[in-house]
Amino acid sequence: MAEPILRLERLRKRFGGLTVTDDVSLAVAPRGLHAVIGPNGAGKTTLIHQISGSLRPDAGRILFEGRDVTALPVHRRARLGLARSFQITSVLPGFSALENVALAVQARSGSSFRFCRPAAGERRLNAPAIAALEQAGLGARTHAPAGALSHGEKRQLELAIALALEPRLLLLDEPLAGTGPEEAERLIGILGALKQDHAILLVEHDMQAVFALADVISVLVYGRVIATDTPAAVRASAEVRAAYLGEDAA
Amino acid sequence: MARLRGAALPLLVLALLAAAPFLGFGAGHALTLLARGMILGIAALGLWLLVGGAGLVSLGHAAMLGIGAYAVVVLDAAGISEAAVVLPAAMGAAALFALLTGAIAIGTSGVHFIMITLAFAQMAFFTTGSLSAYGGDDGYTLYGRTTVLGARWPEDRLAFHYLCLGLLAAVLALCQVLLASRFGRVLRAAKENAERVQAVGFNPYPYRLVAYTIAGGIAGLAGLLLANATEFVAPSFLAWQRSGDLLFMVILGGLGAPHGAILGALAIVLLEEWLAGFTEHWRLIFGPLLVLAVLFLRGGLAGLPGQLRGLLRRG
Repeated sequence: MAEPILRLERLRKRFGGLTVTDDVSLAVAPRGLHAVIGPNGAGKTTLIHQISGSLRPDAGRILFEGRDVTALPVHRRARLGLARSFQITSVLPGFSALENVALAVQARSGSSFRFCRPAAGERRLNAPAIAALEQAGLGARTHAPAGALSHGEKRQLELAIALALEPRLLLLDEPLAGTGPEEAERLIGILGALKQDHAILLVEHDMQAVFALADVISVLVYGRVIATDTPAAVRASAEVRAAYLGEDAA
Repeated sequence: MARLRGAALPLLVLALLAAAPFLGFGAGHALTLLARGMILGIAALGLWLLVGGAGLVSLGHAAMLGIGAYAVVVLDAAGISEAAVVLPAAMGAAALFALLTGAIAIGTSGVHFIMITLAFAQMAFFTTGSLSAYGGDDGYTLYGRTTVLGARWPEDRLAFHYLCLGLLAAVLALCQVLLASRFGRVLRAAKENAERVQAVGFNPYPYRLVAYTIAGGIAGLAGLLLANATEFVAPSFLAWQRSGDLLFMVILGGLGAPHGAILGALAIVLLEEWLAGFTEHWRLIFGPLLVLAVLFLRGGLAGLPGQLRGLLRRG
């Protein structure tokens, strides 16, 4: 495998007596979709928070493109090309869909300590923002207030914001959570197209989506990675079945 | 269309203020009152930038206003009254105070931010009270008003009226331009959802600090004007009650648009005066009126036209 874009080295996080991330090591390839699955309480979201920077691990290192980012705050990691979506939808409800995305473009397009020119009229910001909205399938809702979008559309908007950052790695925390079957199908289609030329780390509960999309799957149980393999191998693994998939079948 | 409608109310208010001296507000006392309303309106605009624009609720804004006024005092005592010196000194001193205290305060949020801004303002308040060279608690009467390139035209009440109006309009325009800029967009976004703003790569801190410093400079300008309007400066300029008044002007005026701050300031100054004309217990009426306004005017005074339109459409 090529040099990984993200490498977790023996990551450890404790909340009181509970070890939520237990010696996790992981390597994410620079192309394709790497899924992390696991039963509720396995520590998936805690792991995502440590990668994005909103939680600091107690031990271990996070290397992003070979660089140690363990101590960097959220906004610095975002600038390096680590874009995340949130498990609970997080957009700017009072802003239009376009302005939500244009803000992300603004972050990588020159200084934002500009005080005179109206930002809403800047083509340099709007053109890439509209492209990202179209890529996420929201081209028709450009001027709608984000607060008025449907739940599935907000998920797409989060994706558009992440894309507008021209990220090196997309960190997606349950992008399908709370979406209906039709919306889920649309999002799976969009993710399938994105993974062709992006590195994606996906945490998802929807097994159908995971097995349809993933190139590699890591299984997290009680904070430990018990397997990292191809979807076929994970599906066949007795250990995984016992720890996780078996529960589902029962 | 929505843009035009949005600009109609502030333009109407500025036009009314311009015409006021010829509409029965030309007498000395009425002009003094309007000048006071406009000056507090300038300070309230700066505070609006923090509360309505950046989501920073400061309870220490009068300190910046008072520091602007005391800059006039210090220079007056040194025999300097030229605006070319006094104006940058007043705005610079207030902005510097905002920068230094804001650097600490903006690291906190919510109630902590309110308490820290209040604490810094109280420090400034007690400091001015101990400046015996400038009258201490008794305050300081200016030898003369600020001159502009040696000319004394601001002493004329009517000229001063239009000077305040011009500065008020300029500060309003400044706030609107700032809000629409890239800088303002980051500020507004961080108010709505700081987590989201960080996730796209912005640290809100420097943007908030710059806004805080700008608001401080604007308050310093208001302090200079207020010192000139009263020709007297006292520690009460920095009192926390005045910070509370400014905050109330902003909230009564409405957080939806900056011109709300002007409406709030004028409404409170004029209402105080009007009620005080009836009875010396005017605060008994004033208080409940403000409570009603907050309860029923959701968008503040600036949101009133929209609220009325909504009622008409439904009715």
